[in-house]
Amino acid sequence: MKSDFAVEVEGVVTHLGGARIHDGIEFAVRPGEVFAIAGPSGCGKSTLLKEMVMLLTPDAGRIRVLGQDLARLTEAEAQSLRRRWGVMFQGGALFSGLTVLENVELPLREHTKLTAAEIRELARIKIALADLPQDSAHKYPRELSGGLRKRAALARAISLDPELLFLDEPSAGLDPVAASALDELILGLKESLKLTIIVVTHDLDLLWRVTDRVAILGEGRVVGIGSMAQLSRSAHPQVREYFHGPRGRIVRPAGG
Amino acid sequence: MRTDASLSATQAEILSGADRLDCRGAWTLAGIGGLHRRLDELPWPASRAVSVHCAGITALDTAGAWLLAELARRIESRGGEVRFLGLSAEHEILLRLVRSRAAKPLPPAPPAPGVLARLGMEVVAHLAEARGMLAFLGEATVTLLKGLLHPARWRGRHLMHHIQHTGLDALPILGLLSFLVGTVIAYQAASQLARYGANIFVVDLIAHSLLRELAPMLVAVVVAGRSGSAFAAQIGTMKVAEEIDALRTLGVSPQEMLVLPRMLALLVVMPLLTVYAEVLGVLGGFIIAWSQLGVDAMSFLDRFDDTIRLSTFLFGIGKAPVFAVIIALVGCYQGFSASGSADSVGRHTTRSVVQAIFLVIIVDAIFSVLASVTRLGFR
Repeated sequence: MKSDFAVEVEGVVTHLGGARIHDGIEFAVRPGEVFAIAGPSGCGKSTLLKEMVMLLTPDAGRIRVLGQDLARLTEAEAQSLRRRWGVMFQGGALFSGLTVLENVELPLREHTKLTAAEIRELARIKIALADLPQDSAHKYPRELSGGLRKRAALARAISLDPELLFLDEPSAGLDPVAASALDELILGLKESLKLTIIVVTHDLDLLWRVTDRVAILGEGRVVGIGSMAQLSRSAHPQVREYFHGPRGRIVRPAGG
Repeated sequence: MRTDASLSATQAEILSGADRLDCRGAWTLAGIGGLHRRLDELPWPASRAVSVHCAGITALDTAGAWLLAELARRIESRGGEVRFLGLSAEHEILLRLVRSRAAKPLPPAPPAPGVLARLGMEVVAHLAEARGMLAFLGEATVTLLKGLLHPARWRGRHLMHHIQHTGLDALPILGLLSFLVGTVIAYQAASQLARYGANIFVVDLIAHSLLRELAPMLVAVVVAGRSGSAFAAQIGTMKVAEEIDALRTLGVSPQEMLVLPRMLALLVVMPLLTVYAEVLGVLGGFIIAWSQLGVDAMSFLDRFDDTIRLSTFLFGIGKAPVFAVIIALVGCYQGFSASGSADSVGRHTTRSVVQAIFLVIIVDAIFSVLASVTRLGFR
C-alpha cells in the first residue's frame, strides 16, 4: 500500500504505570521534512518516539511508518522496515565495548554482504559526513566529549542510508556552540541525503532553526501543529505558555 | 515490489564502451554488492577522457556515490580524466559531498601493544592496584578505629540494614550448602572407614574438617558472592552517578558512611554464620553417619566431645573476622575504583568476587601453615 506520508499517527492511546499519557494523538509527517515533537517534560514525547520505532506498542490507535502499519507486520517485515530507518538515542547508546568506527560498521556488518574493506570505506564516509574528526574513529565512546558522542551516534544512525531518521533530544547536554553546530549538521544531512527527520526535543533554538513543522503535545493530545511561525501566533493556552514563558523567545533575530 | 523482469533496476551495473561508461540501475547499499569487487575485471575505456553516463541510475545513496567516486579515482589513477554526465541535481550534490569527504584518509589504528608491553602494563596495573588497596586499607583502618571510639557515628540503621542483608538473608542458602557439604564428607568417609571397621572415626573427620576449614571457607565464599559483589555494585553505581563526590562536598566521609557500616556488619555476621554453618554441616554428617555407618546419636556426641577441643572451635571461628575484613575491603575498594560507565561497574563487581575468594584462600593457607607450626588448635 502506498502512502503520501512518511509517518502517520492516528488516535494513539498509551497507559504507562496507570497514567494515561497519550489520549488520542494524531499527526502525519510528510516525506523530506524535519518534523519535531515538542512539549513539556513528561508529556510522553520519548514514549511516542519509542512507539514509532517499535520498542513499545500503543494500547490503541494506529501508527504507519513508511506506509506500513506497525501493528500488522510479520517479524521479517519488521526487520526489513528497521533497516530503512535510523535512530539516535538521547545518550548516544553507542556500544561501549566498540570503537566509534566499529560502532558505525556494526549495522553494515549485520545487514549487508559487503566485504570488510568496503564496510570500512563506507563507515569512514559516514564518520566524515557526521563531521567527526578523523582521529576519533579509533577511540572508544567514553573517550569522546558529549558533542562528539552525539555525532558518532548520528554516524551510526545513518550508516545504512536510512530514509527516515529519528532523533531523541539531540541537543540535550550540549553547550550552545556544540548544539548549534549539531543543528547545522542535521540540516546539512537532510539536504544532501534527502532524509525525513523526526526529532523529539524541547530545545526552542533547535525548533526554530531546523524544523519545518512542529507538533506540541499537552495533556496527552496534540495541542498545536504547524510551523514555528504559525505556532507562535497560536491562541491555545498551552502553546502560548510554551512560547511566551520566561524562556520562550518570540522574536528571532534570523529565520523564524 | 519489483518483479524479475526488472531485476537489473534493483542492482547497479556498468557497461563499458570505447570512451564511456554507462552506469544504470540502483546504486544503493543493497544494489552495489559485488560490483566493487568486479571493478578490477572491468574492460576499461581506452581513451584518456572518459565520460561516465549516469542517466540510467534510478537511485543513489552514499554507498552508491562512494562507488562512483571509487570509479573516478581509478580512472584518474590511470591518468584519465572523468566527466560525469546525466546526473540529476540531487545526485550531483551527494556525489560531490561524498567525493570531498572520501578524500580524507583515516589515520591508521594505533598499533596493538606487543607481548612484552602488555606484560609490563599488566604488572604496573597490578602494582598500582595493590598500592591502591593498601592505601584503602589504611584509610579504612583509621576510619574504623575512629568509628569505634565514637559509637554515635556507627549509623545504627545502616548497620542493621547490612546485618540483615549479609547475615539473615544468607541463612537459607548457607544452611543448605553446609548441610550438603557435611553429608558429602560423611559419604566419602563412610566407604573408606567401613572397610577397616573404624566407623566411629567418621565423627573426627566431620568435626575437624568442618570446624577448622570448611565452614569458615564456605561462609567466606557465600558472603563474597552474595555481599562482597553487592558492595562493589552499590558503591560502584554511586561512584559512577557522582554520589560519592556529592557526599564529599556535603562534608560526609564516604568511608565512614559506606565502608564502616559494611565492614562492621560483616565483622558481626561472619562469625555467627560460621557457627551456623558448622551446626548444619555436622547435622548433615551425623545423618549419614547414622544411616550408613550405624553411629547413633549418643556415641556421635560422645566422640565429638572427645575429639574437639575449645581451641579447635576457636581456631575456625577466629578466621571469620579476618575473612570479613578481606571481603568488605575488597568489595568496597572495587566499588570505589569504578569509573566512567556502567560496564566498569560490572567489571569491578566481577573482580571483587574473584579477588576476595582468591585472598581468602591465600590467607586460609597461611593460617594452616601457622597452625601446623605452632600446633594451634590441634590439642
